[in-house]
Amino acid sequence: MKLSDFIAEDSILVDLTATDRNGVLREIVQSLADHGHLNQDDVEPIVRSLIHRENQGSTGFGKGVAVPHVKHERCKGMVGTIARSSRGVDFAALDRAPVYTIVLLLSPQDEPDKHLEAMENLFRHLQKDTFRKFLRQSTTVEEIVDLIREADETPAR
Amino acid sequence: MKPRPGSHISAAAGRWKVLQDTVEQQTNKEVLRQVVIRNRQGLHARPVMQFVDLANRFPCEVQVRKGKLQVDGKSPMEMMLLEATQGTVLQLVAVGDDADQAATALAKLVESGFGEEM
Repeated sequence: MKLSDFIAEDSILVDLTATDRNGVLREIVQSLADHGHLNQDDVEPIVRSLIHRENQGSTGFGKGVAVPHVKHERCKGMVGTIARSSRGVDFAALDRAPVYTIVLLLSPQDEPDKHLEAMENLFRHLQKDTFRKFLRQSTTVEEIVDLIREADETPAR
Repeated sequence: MKPRPGSHISAAAGRWKVLQDTVEQQTNKEVLRQVVIRNRQGLHARPVMQFVDLANRFPCEVQVRKGKLQVDGKSPMEMMLLEATQGTVLQLVAVGDDADQAATALAKLVESGFGEEM
């Protein structure tokens, strides 16, 4: 599975307006809906379950990255996107550090294995210092899109 | 009887090995446990965080193996690479004074299905 299989490039946000965790989650889900990846009516229920999920245990994996995600009945297929915060957001991350890069992933409820596969792919790239650094430093959508395509072209393992 | 050439060397090396092993056992005790992922959702983010959280309470080193892949059991990013679905067999390797306690606690957590639906 490739990053571009589940990252909606048109919904990427390079400069988040919201500065708090819940606001950031809402802004990203709204972007996905605005680009036709979700129904507008589904924004609120999905945001609510993302917040609920986040409260159960932070998806702030450390090193400035959070990967909020949820399996939701309203999701017909796996979809996600990337957002950047220049100021940093408090995600109650494992290392307590602010989060600058957020990769949000929404999956249907009945495909746990596919969800794990997408996460494995994502973290294979996220654990590379250079990938995280470039993501954090990208100031345009084009730069992030290039980064994703480049990552997809690197050999699987 | 004529001694085999080099036998005194191997005997000395053997004694050294025993001595070394004793030291290793005291300072670098290694415990291996095999576990199976029981919960339906597999080793997704929440269980990974639970695992890493528990692993970090022990000073010993914790590695997790799936086939040829080995990751640091204290790093959530590396743990996500296991892509361990329901039924996946993993090896937990703990190295350190508290290796026994760590391996036992972590194995128990995995086998309990992380409190999720099995």
